[in-house]
Amino acid sequence: MDLVLSGSSPLPIYRQLFDQLCAQILDGRLRSGDALPPIRTVARELSISVIPVKRAWEELEAAGFIESFVGRGCFIAPMSADKLQRLKRAMAEDRLRDAAAYCRGLGLSLAEAEGLLKDAWEPVEK
Amino acid sequence: MQLLEVRDLTKRYPTFTLDKVSFSLEPGYIMGFIGRNGAGKTTTMKAMLNLVHRDGGEVFVNGRSFFENEQACKSEIGFVMGEFDCYKNATLRTITDVTRRFYPDWDQGAYETYLRRFALTEGKKVKELSAGMRVKYALALALSHNAKLLILDEPTSGLDPVSRDDLLDVFRSVIEDGSRSILFSTHIISDLEKCADYITYIKGGKILASTDVLTFREGYRLVSGDREHLEVRRPKLVGCKEHAFGFTGLIRAEDEEAFRSCKIAPADLESIMIYTEQEDSHETTVL
Repeated sequence: MDLVLSGSSPLPIYRQLFDQLCAQILDGRLRSGDALPPIRTVARELSISVIPVKRAWEELEAAGFIESFVGRGCFIAPMSADKLQRLKRAMAEDRLRDAAAYCRGLGLSLAEAEGLLKDAWEPVEK
Repeated sequence: MQLLEVRDLTKRYPTFTLDKVSFSLEPGYIMGFIGRNGAGKTTTMKAMLNLVHRDGGEVFVNGRSFFENEQACKSEIGFVMGEFDCYKNATLRTITDVTRRFYPDWDQGAYETYLRRFALTEGKKVKELSAGMRVKYALALALSHNAKLLILDEPTSGLDPVSRDDLLDVFRSVIEDGSRSILFSTHIISDLEKCADYITYIKGGKILASTDVLTFREGYRLVSGDREHLEVRRPKLVGCKEHAFGFTGLIRAEDEEAFRSCKIAPADLESIMIYTEQEDSHETTVL
């Protein structure tokens, strides 16, 4: 599990933690059944308070990424290929909705925005 | 169960009243107690511990009434008040020898572990310790009688940034196993940003807010706009600063709608405190 916080990010700490863990679960670096460290240990290691870690864990649980068991801690939730796909789509949709709103705000047409997405796609493909 | 519960704590002085102070703290968390000088932080702590006589209210430690079980409750509490400055010429060994007699649960092994961890030498005299070392020694004493609740009055004031950061690391490791909690008062907002889970904000002897840091911050927004927008909206501003080209101010999150045409940003703790206290000075000028 890798967590790197940025003080200069406009995102609140709990959101940074949530995003980074999501990414690691979705790309397979963290697998079903892997245990997450206790929240207070994470807080101490990262030199932050407990609440943002707790909030990130709660949101991960609500979104179906992790499961918690009283007295045993938190684990990456079991995931069927189907569920993994669904979560990936939900995450991507979220990002794209923000990007779409931004493009619309700039006065771009859908076709123009599609073109930009295609351009942006290319370097990753190579 | 709450580790600490303070209910309607009241203390009347001729010119100041601590007015029905209530808040509570679960095990495993750090609570920052903030407010300006004279807001009642130290009075609250003293009244909680029966160091000044209260005029009303109750305090529960681990579910037990503090005032009815004072001795038992005190053995579960570690209290460090301001600067630790008793008997400057005594060695730490002497002070420890005296202190441990008061606590049936004294854990010598834990004490020695904390001394090593904080790099304290028992042969040193109190006057030879730096401010940071004194706080650490006081913490070592508190933790060695197995205190569940640490009540610290401005433990970080007088420390340089490096020692402060070091002490906050100690705080986080104290609560790591989830059984202990820390209540500490401070003026230093960055201490809160770095390690407080909950905030209790006292102003003029009354509790203004007692909640987790995220909820507290999310209750406010910073707004900025031009002066044209200012006049009609002034009543909704908690506080504001005007300048030649416009204004910046603090609003409650529920009033966000009225400021839609302004620039809105998340509020940081320092701004919340500064604008909230400004509200007060504004009222006094009107009076």
